[in-house]
Amino acid sequence: MTSSHTLSVLVENKPGVLARISGLFARRGFNIDSLAVGETDDPRVSRMTIVVRADGKPLEQVTKQLHKLINVLRIAELPSVGSVERELALIKVGAAAGKRAEVLEIVEIFRAKVIDVDATSVVVEATGTPDKVNALEQLLEPFGIVEMARTGRVALARGAGGLKSPTLRPVRLPAQTA
Amino acid sequence: MTVTGAQSLISSLEHAGVEVVFGIPGGAILPAYDPMLTSSIRHILMRHEQGAGHAAEGYAQVTGSPGVCMATSGPGATNLVTPIADAFMDSVPLVCITGQVPRPVIGNDAFQEADITGITMPITKHSYKVMDPAEIPTVVAEAFHIASTGRPGPVVIDVPKDVLQEATTFEWPGSIDLPGYRPTIKPNRKQIAAAAELIAAAKRPVFYVGGGIVKARAAEELRALVETVGAPVVTTLMARGAFPDDHPLCLGMPGMHGSYAAVTAMQRADLLIALGARFDDRVTGNLAGFAPNAKIVHADIDPAEIGKNRAVDVPIVGDALQTTAALGMAMSGRGEDLQDLRPWLDEVSLMSREHPLAYEQSDAGPLKAQFVIDRFDAALDGSAIVVTGVGQHQMWASQFMRCNTPYSFVSSGGLGTMGFAVPAALGAKVAAPDRTVVALDGDGCFQMTAQELATATIEKIPMVVGIMNNSYLGMVKQWQELFYGSRLSEVHLPQVPDYVKLAEAYGAVGLRAETIDDVDNVIDKALGVDDAPCVIDFRTDPDEMCFPIVPAGASNDDIVLGRQPSEVRA
Repeated sequence: MTSSHTLSVLVENKPGVLARISGLFARRGFNIDSLAVGETDDPRVSRMTIVVRADGKPLEQVTKQLHKLINVLRIAELPSVGSVERELALIKVGAAAGKRAEVLEIVEIFRAKVIDVDATSVVVEATGTPDKVNALEQLLEPFGIVEMARTGRVALARGAGGLKSPTLRPVRLPAQTA
Repeated sequence: MTVTGAQSLISSLEHAGVEVVFGIPGGAILPAYDPMLTSSIRHILMRHEQGAGHAAEGYAQVTGSPGVCMATSGPGATNLVTPIADAFMDSVPLVCITGQVPRPVIGNDAFQEADITGITMPITKHSYKVMDPAEIPTVVAEAFHIASTGRPGPVVIDVPKDVLQEATTFEWPGSIDLPGYRPTIKPNRKQIAAAAELIAAAKRPVFYVGGGIVKARAAEELRALVETVGAPVVTTLMARGAFPDDHPLCLGMPGMHGSYAAVTAMQRADLLIALGARFDDRVTGNLAGFAPNAKIVHADIDPAEIGKNRAVDVPIVGDALQTTAALGMAMSGRGEDLQDLRPWLDEVSLMSREHPLAYEQSDAGPLKAQFVIDRFDAALDGSAIVVTGVGQHQMWASQFMRCNTPYSFVSSGGLGTMGFAVPAALGAKVAAPDRTVVALDGDGCFQMTAQELATATIEKIPMVVGIMNNSYLGMVKQWQELFYGSRLSEVHLPQVPDYVKLAEAYGAVGLRAETIDDVDNVIDKALGVDDAPCVIDFRTDPDEMCFPIVPAGASNDDIVLGRQPSEVRA
């Protein structure tokens, strides 16, 4: 049975790396549910959080293939228990004068924020687990969602340990031949 | 010292140890060809970039060092795509340098622009688009390191024209830093011990040897290991010569057109010791029916190969040389601890005796390609480098050319690239000028890259090209006969061109053999030519089929040894 997996991938922060990774998933027949990427504390290193639906066996193969990419430094699968995950969504929802109070009440319950407002709509900023964002989206649906943007999931393992990029250990080249 | 990017590139190639570059200049790569004039590097001007790529592959397959090819942007670069894919499939170390349109017009659909790093992303081990001339030495150093270490493969370096023209400084780096690239070389000791346990307990073991043994230069260690264990060996198409064909434990090539003994020994084995092999579908046939009772020890330098196609009992990640040596040590310490393999060897030897590779050549009948290859084998006596195209002649070459040393059989395995032979033979001869190089080709294959005969003539590269000319796309015809009710569709290649005249037009020696009496004669003549390429047009039997065959998708148990009665024509 296919299930959802969250991969945390540390990569060198270089041009073309995203294309290499997304291309690899596409080539091996995987559909990426979400992919979020940004610099880490070390600007030479980016972290990609990739959510993918797959069986265990093909996922193992694609992980091994990912490891073969020269720019990939570390890969970890984050278990749903034992890791924290968040997603940010911006939702523009219809909120004319008569409905606005109702919308704001839902926003309040979800500890979301209104970050823009005009005569007929508001933009809601919500952060949480994907489930929470989905629930909020459902409740706002009847008011008319004009448009919506989600960041995709970002995640880290719980506890003190972490996925660190390997220490730099230069490879000495053979003596000059020319 | 201030230099141009182009000078930096050529200096970098020199520092990387490059002696030969196969290429064709053009607009975007032009700046690199100016410093080439004063470089120690020999540039061989090919007639088509595909030829440059395959020549570089032939060079790499014979030397073990990266082959280097160079092409301009756009069509020059896209013509390299086939050899790059070929090198990727067969793990051939290759460094391909392509020109690119100047940085300001990248992405503008400029003249001769093609996104070659994008196009080749799925078929390269790694690629670089050099946007700053200061990066050139580091990029070249990294590219050669990546291409030739771990599991070898092709690396593309794409350099915009203005990067080649810009002023920069040249300094060859003393070290490189690739934090994400650390191939595992040394096998895990526990895994070696676990593998040794299985080998010692096996009653019907088979060594399944792949191209990794050749690439790791592990032939000697393999021989020591095999002789310690005393188990039979199969060598895949990419591993021909990794273990001597003349050795009594060698069963030859396994797979779709493998020998009955090699295929069947694997099917009946209780243990396969796979060394640098990848359980390719051409070897395993239908996976569900492959070696059903065998436990698997799988050693490979690429962790992604292990367990990819077949579940593994003992995985070993490591270099084939170190792994084979470690297994040899582990086994030699065991002495009398090993099983008595005599009953198994008797069984296997019976398979070889009952179903040897065979063909029938009548005195007056049409010439059989197998007979021609047999005669080449007799004339060369294992001394030559044999290069093949793809198809029936390739399988017959693997079946009937005895191959006793590594780096002596060069072929396109994984990708199955027709047209490989002529340029690859050229590259092989450049790499090993003191050895005889014979390309065994088909007429279909030959016509795909025959233009490189011009290169061979001009560069005075003597090589023999034997065309098994049956005037058909023979393997396709065979499949149409076996699996499409003999409905032949678009496989006939009538006798155009005249290969003797074509050879002569290219400045090569052209010979022809039509009967068995001609064969030794033309082979002797061809091998005597030492200042020009030589083409022999062997007019072979169009109705000959390549056997044994395991039909695609069938189990290896269903190996077909020869024509079924219904298929034999009167």
